[in-house]
Amino acid sequence: MSQSFSAAPRIVVLFAKVGPALLSVGTLVLAWELYARISGISPTTLPAPSRVLAQAIQQRQALFDNTVPTISATLAGFACSLAVAFILSVLIDFFKPLRRALFPVFITSQTLPLVAIAPLVVLWFGFGLTPKIMLVALVTFFPMLVALVQGYESTDRDISALLSSMGASRMRIFVLARLPSSLPYFFAGLRISITYAVVGAIFAEYAGAAKGLGIYMLNAKNNFRPDLVLAAVLVSALLTLALFAATVLIQRAAMPWERLDAARKS
Amino acid sequence: MSRRLELRQVSKSIGDVDVLAGITVHAEPGEFVSILGPSGAGKSTIFRLLTGGLEGHDGGIDFDGRPLADARRPFAFMPQHDALMPWRTVIDNTALGLEVQGMSRKAARDKVAPLFGEFGLAGFEQKYPAQLSGGMRQRAALLRTVVQDRAMLLLDEPFGALDALTRTGMQRWLQTMWDRHRWTVLLITHDVREAVFLSDRIYVLSGRPARVLREVAISLPRPRKDLASPEASAIEADILDTLLDPQPAQRT
Ligand SMILES: Nc1ncnc2c1ncn2[C@@H]1O[C@H](COP(=O)(O)OP(=O)(O)O)[C@@H](O)[C@H]1O
Ligand SMILES: [Mg+2]
Repeated sequence: MSQSFSAAPRIVVLFAKVGPALLSVGTLVLAWELYARISGISPTTLPAPSRVLAQAIQQRQALFDNTVPTISATLAGFACSLAVAFILSVLIDFFKPLRRALFPVFITSQTLPLVAIAPLVVLWFGFGLTPKIMLVALVTFFPMLVALVQGYESTDRDISALLSSMGASRMRIFVLARLPSSLPYFFAGLRISITYAVVGAIFAEYAGAAKGLGIYMLNAKNNFRPDLVLAAVLVSALLTLALFAATVLIQRAAMPWERLDAARKS
Repeated sequence: MSRRLELRQVSKSIGDVDVLAGITVHAEPGEFVSILGPSGAGKSTIFRLLTGGLEGHDGGIDFDGRPLADARRPFAFMPQHDALMPWRTVIDNTALGLEVQGMSRKAARDKVAPLFGEFGLAGFEQKYPAQLSGGMRQRAALLRTVVQDRAMLLLDEPFGALDALTRTGMQRWLQTMWDRHRWTVLLITHDVREAVFLSDRIYVLSGRPARVLREVAISLPRPRKDLASPEASAIEADILDTLLDPQPAQRT
């Protein structure tokens, strides 16, 4: 492990990591602000970031009320998707032909355009939580399934051979070797899927909901308030970033050995 | 006393590749036997047959005088790469075999813990494999192997991935350990000097399909300290000749 790295103050290390990202985002926002002010473009066409932020603060109660259902839909849909993906991945791992039977169906499901599917699902299942859960699951399920199945496949053959030489059953080998081997793949899939999940939930709300960031955006657009649309976009971006950060933290806690491996390889 | 392990005319093809072509090999209880052969000859395949990783073969395999199929998992196997689980601490890696045998994790840890000193791993119980040096990883893998208390050890190129200096150190250490415990060992290696240094007997295999070219008994006195003694060097040179001889059929 690198000593020089851990010797630097944490705040410096943190800034070295996020500094470039902050810089590029900051530059973009600044350019936008300048353009909106200098060009004299109407705020009902392109509001300046300062106006978006001011409106977001002013409307914070309404934004918050509409964010809570989006979070619930995202997390509930993602949890369902994870549970089903896990169960199916285990079945596929134990019964390989299942993979060939099911994957074409799932791949097709990934090619469906959300714009067309979302209103249909709302039509069939109403304005409640169910259609949101289904759409979030639709966009996140297959990436998670693929990640898990690939993760099991990545198991070191020597480790499997060792376990079977010790007399371990197939089930035991799965629990002792294949499941832990899949963790890096699982978390890589999780990081990507969680961003899809938020988009899926907003799409479902856009197609019809009582409350939620999606319906909030739709209403703001219909009232010619792009500043409020962008305020909701800002909230959804922050929500996605927060969920992404949460997966990174969970991964660190779940895989304490991983950073050692990375340090050894670098 | 019956032989611990005996392979009689064992042949094996994988797909349409002939890998083993009539291998006859045995080991007495407490004997250190090496199988020496070029890479890709089929050495690991022998271990896969013994540990159940491969099914089906021609010829007979007996353990303690009875067909191997009747024996209850008599081997502790150390695969070619250390096969340590990166997600388990060192102590849990070494206790793996005991856990698979049905011991609780706590009992398994209690059984391996006292051996950490002897294996040069004291203080590293709670580390992860990524934090160990190459030599320590091999010692951890070996500890995981011997602690299973099986009748015989199968070691597949245990030091193949180590640098020369570490490897020499590990060979000396293994000899000391073997002198103390007198395990029955079948060692696979492609390092002639290692085989001469450690073994009571050596089987020299041809390239694929593998046949036994020669059986060499090493009667050098133990403990062996001098790897470069004239006697050892002479045996080494002789075996190298066999391995590099383009017409092994002319030898008997
Ligand atoms: N699953 C397999 N399918 C086809 N050929 C194999 C398979 N496994 C091993 N072999 C062949 O068997 C030969 C011996 O392999 P192995 O026993 O691992 O050699 P060694 O351990 O002596 O280096 C190799 O040359 C390889 O081509
Ligand atoms: Mg091999």
